[in-house]
Amino acid sequence: MRLATTLFTSALRAASRNSSVASIAGRIVGQQAQSRAYVSSSSPPPAEGFMPGVMTSKLIKRTAEEALRNPELANTGAANGETRKMNLFQAVNDAMAIALATDETAVIFGEDVAFGGVFRCTTGLAETFGRDRVFNTPLTEQGIAGFGIGMASVGHTAIAEIQFADYIFPAFDQIVNEAAKYRYRSGGIFNVGGLTLRSPCSAVGHGAHYHSQSPEAYFAHTPGIKVVIPRGPIQAKGLLLASIRDRNPVVFFEPKILYRSAVEQVPVGDYELPLGKAEIVKKGKDVTVVGWGSQMYVLENAIQMAEKRIPGLSCELIDLRSILPWDAETIAASVNRTGRLVVAHEAPRTQGFAAEIAAEITQRCFLRLEAPVQRVCGWDTPFPLVFEKFYMPDIIRCFEGIKKVVEY
Amino acid sequence: MAQMERDYLSNFPTLSLPAAFSQPIYPKTMLRTLLSTIRRGPIIHQLRTPVLVSAIARPVRAFASTTTPLQEAPNDKRGEKVHFLGATSSYFVYEMKFIQNMEPIPTYRVMDQNGHVKVQQDELEVSKEMAVKIYKDMVTLNMMDLILYEAQRQGRISFYMTNYGEEAYMGSAAALQPEDVIFGQYREAGVLLYRGFTLDEFMNQCYSNEGDIGKGRQMPVHYGSKKHNFQTISSPLGTQIPQAAGAAYALKRAGRKNCVMCYFGEGAASEGDFHAALNMAATTKCPVIFFCHVTYDPYVTFFRSISRNNGFAISTPVIDQYKGDGIASRGIGYGIDTIRVDGNDVWAVYNATVAARKLAVEENRPVLIEAMTYRIGHHSTSDDSTKYRDRKEVERRELDNPITRLRKWLEVKGWWGEAEEGALRTDRKKEIMRSFNAAEKRKKPAVMELFTDVYDKLPPNLVEQQRELNELMEKYPEHYSTEAYAKGK
Ligand SMILES: Cc1ncc(C[n+]2csc(CCOP(=O)(O)OP(=O)(O)O)c2C)c(N)n1
Ligand SMILES: [Mg+2]
Repeated sequence: MRLATTLFTSALRAASRNSSVASIAGRIVGQQAQSRAYVSSSSPPPAEGFMPGVMTSKLIKRTAEEALRNPELANTGAANGETRKMNLFQAVNDAMAIALATDETAVIFGEDVAFGGVFRCTTGLAETFGRDRVFNTPLTEQGIAGFGIGMASVGHTAIAEIQFADYIFPAFDQIVNEAAKYRYRSGGIFNVGGLTLRSPCSAVGHGAHYHSQSPEAYFAHTPGIKVVIPRGPIQAKGLLLASIRDRNPVVFFEPKILYRSAVEQVPVGDYELPLGKAEIVKKGKDVTVVGWGSQMYVLENAIQMAEKRIPGLSCELIDLRSILPWDAETIAASVNRTGRLVVAHEAPRTQGFAAEIAAEITQRCFLRLEAPVQRVCGWDTPFPLVFEKFYMPDIIRCFEGIKKVVEY
Repeated sequence: MAQMERDYLSNFPTLSLPAAFSQPIYPKTMLRTLLSTIRRGPIIHQLRTPVLVSAIARPVRAFASTTTPLQEAPNDKRGEKVHFLGATSSYFVYEMKFIQNMEPIPTYRVMDQNGHVKVQQDELEVSKEMAVKIYKDMVTLNMMDLILYEAQRQGRISFYMTNYGEEAYMGSAAALQPEDVIFGQYREAGVLLYRGFTLDEFMNQCYSNEGDIGKGRQMPVHYGSKKHNFQTISSPLGTQIPQAAGAAYALKRAGRKNCVMCYFGEGAASEGDFHAALNMAATTKCPVIFFCHVTYDPYVTFFRSISRNNGFAISTPVIDQYKGDGIASRGIGYGIDTIRVDGNDVWAVYNATVAARKLAVEENRPVLIEAMTYRIGHHSTSDDSTKYRDRKEVERRELDNPITRLRKWLEVKGWWGEAEEGALRTDRKKEIMRSFNAAEKRKKPAVMELFTDVYDKLPPNLVEQQRELNELMEKYPEHYSTEAYAKGK
């Protein structure tokens, strides 16, 4: 391990002399991952857990052709055709490397980020871009958010990491009362559009109360910020670059269970994917199924199960991607075709974001709906360690939700 | 003059009213306006706040207040005295000077590294019984850590945090009364052990089984025990610190002669909650002891148990965490009696806590104890610590460990020897393994405990959700297997 790390840093140094920094950072991270995989046979399971459905998911793009077939990538820096195998943390790392390489004012900071961060997302960046651009902060989330707001208020690009989404709450005031209202309260003369807060979220199998939460709904109640959650490496890179460059503060949640388990051929170029736009990842005509982040793989499996058990059934699967502002139009258009809607998320059901979707879609599609909108969510309890499998909106529960709207 | 103003001014013990009003910066009207904006009642006692200095050197006998009462010394040799609201005792100067460093804060010790007592005989009064209990508990804690740490590495439990190198905080547990309330961070298993939390109770919690007081809901090491006045551990850092102040205020109001003990790391002391806590405790005069474990490691603040083996690698060098003279300097800034101790010296920790408890309980003064420890990282198979540390330094420090230092002291006293050591280790190993194996075999708590304790009673939404889950479990028994779980409601 030590040797690997030494090789890693010297390779970085050598590489940064003669090639595009961004692509190198990505490649080096790849090497690091390989050396980790090598030692992992004797190690216990990874902290971010396993996500079984991902390995076989059709949502995962395993070849360059598949990856580039995406129309959203046309006319972007991805179009030149080169891709590289990356997992989600490497894709996030790659996006940040590009952000730093293309924007002199961009900096990355947070707890323990200088040596790579707890989930390795910032690996190698301090070595490549310097300690003044990628640095550790003291252990204070409110400080981190406020510091980022300050940098952004004078036109810089601040990419801050909150170590776990469960620990974002000390920063709630800075995000909700400050970042979100900065533009509005100044009559538009100031803004903190350069701020992006990244944070690992959602269940991992053993995270208990404080390493499992999906707090997107708290932030979705806050006009002035954007909230984004990617489902895989290609999405993560494009959405993160868009978030960093978007002229509004963005809270970017990364489902930590996907950091290693989701691996795709990711375009190496500089590309962005649209914020505020949902993506139909599977076409269907009878039921619209909406989710985001790691829940997408649960839903994919639930749909498979439903389509197998209910002959002739065809479900449409939509990745919401942006929680705020959210793409009601795409969902409504889909529901107007299918007449049925199921929404699933890990966060507790009451006041979860599914409630907003259900209300809005009921209003827009009332006459087309064949069944009440079904929400499949975590129960209204804290996230419980030993009862996780009973708490989760798992395949069975999502399948039952689909069945309910079909049989209504 | 309004009663309120008189009350207010009576808080300046040696300052006569005319003197106060003769200060040019306090025209009567301005003072009135100020006063009328300040809340009613006896206020700003804090103007008597001590600037603790000498308590550091001799805590047991000489910790009496070092407050310098405001003297009628209008023009001492430093300059003309001036009393600002909210500044303790200032004076005017005509030379501009920024202050960066105060005198370095010393580190209080009772013994040297070889267990030789270096303070006056009567400054260490401990019975053989207590000393041996402390030692045995420190050894037990260390053995339990080794086993559970290994169990975590093998994937048998989901998480663990060790107490390696910090075992001397056992001295603080010994200095408290059992009714003193504990608010911990996550490395205070030793306090529970000292208070009689059983090995079974530790193991049941780490295995999240039906014997776990916390019903398997939290990660391992998130212990809590009402019986032992130990509030349940919570992962978000720093949150317990202001809570400790509030609990202490309540104890004071209830007239209980007890204090609250609050533990946290130097990393957590960067959270806003830490600063809020010290300030609130000082202004509301809470009987609380803030105990900061500073893992004094020149390079690595946090790099342990959970870090290497399961991918959580948390490692922020102290230089990125803060720039001042430790955490202790902050206590002084908040007007709190503060002491720094050698965290490898169990008797320094003990003495400081005894003295702190007296200040807290008898005088309602919050206290900050900063315990400097060196984290020994070679208990893991990780070779990473060598990346950050000079090997010689590690070796030199490893010779000094709180457990070996106390053992040397006990041996000098003639209270401990090879035979006792051998017997202790054999017995404890057996007991720990027995608890460990038993805990591993026990069922998880009953599934319906998922819904209890969210509120005192189940609200309708949870009743409904519980019913929904029950139906699902009946419909898909193979998917929701409850074999590993206890039966029951
Ligand atoms: C609010 C919050 N932010 C981040 C974390 C993640 N975290 C867990 S332990 C730790 C380091 C704590 O260091 P310190 O307080 O010095 O305690 P030590 O582990 O060194 O005893 C961090 C950053 C957390 N638990 N809570
Ligand atoms: Mg520490």
